[in-house]
Amino acid sequence: MSNAATRSGVVRDSLGVGIAVGAYGFAFGASSVAAGLTVAQSSLLSLLAFTGGTQFAVVGVVAGGGGMAAALASGLLLGARNTLYAMRLSPLLRVRGVRRLLAALGTIDESTAMAVAQPSPPLARVAFWWTFGGVFVFWNLTTLLGALVGSLVDPATIGLDAVVPAAFLALLAPRLRAGVTEVRVAVAGAVIAAALIPFTPPGVPVLTACAALLLAGRVRAS
Amino acid sequence: MNEWVLVIATIVGCYLLKLAGYLIPARVLERSHVRRVVELLPVALLAALVVVEAIGAGRRIELDGARLAGFGVGAVAVWRRAPFLVVVVAAAVVAAVVRAVYG
Repeated sequence: MSNAATRSGVVRDSLGVGIAVGAYGFAFGASSVAAGLTVAQSSLLSLLAFTGGTQFAVVGVVAGGGGMAAALASGLLLGARNTLYAMRLSPLLRVRGVRRLLAALGTIDESTAMAVAQPSPPLARVAFWWTFGGVFVFWNLTTLLGALVGSLVDPATIGLDAVVPAAFLALLAPRLRAGVTEVRVAVAGAVIAAALIPFTPPGVPVLTACAALLLAGRVRAS
Repeated sequence: MNEWVLVIATIVGCYLLKLAGYLIPARVLERSHVRRVVELLPVALLAALVVVEAIGAGRRIELDGARLAGFGVGAVAVWRRAPFLVVVVAAAVVAAVVRAVYG
């Protein structure tokens, strides 16, 4: 296959990822207004926070009636994986100045996965920027659409309450296939969170699951 | 709660977390303990979020048939390695249909 053909294949795949994420953006917009955020607040999160899992985590805590600290902590803990992605992307993208500031915004699950899957740095850069662009356009359009529809229709009527846990599971699944430790950590996290739901404010079960992991890691390391 | 404060804090925090990765020297990651924690943290977090979103309703455990049916079908799709779009649409359609019929 010629270089041009390879490149256009990468562009096509990258845009395909953007379209797939669009359905998820609709679910976010609708869930977000159902949780009590305005259409403008929901859209601003998608435009500038631009990291789906985190956005769902934050509005999930708000929807449950949780406090600001728990909502923010859940979101930022989940957002911390983007730091790791940026560290992997940095030597591939080699961006400086304004382009680095823009690349930072686009550092998410999808753009990282597409970039690191490419056989060469130039293709990695094509995959990163096109996936970022595709996801950005569709994620924001569908967030707005979902938020507008969600202001009119109860998201549960169109089944969006089932989408959120299924989407989190889809994000989790590739990590579970990485090893036995991952499975153990996931089971422990799930059990701790389930056990705490009735006894703690919304957001705290998820944070406690993470704290337990950190504590277990510290015990083992020492 | 002031939602605007939450929205702005989330935006600023998320952006700085992303930017930090371009500024931190790569050797920090080479410390295996740090790397392992960073890799496993999302696993614990996502697993907890799956459970809370599937069976939680504020401070109550709520076993909603339609939600669980949609989630179950979505989970099977994830297990069968279906594309993300299929997972999302299948979960929504099943939950909506079950709710319309039995709800």
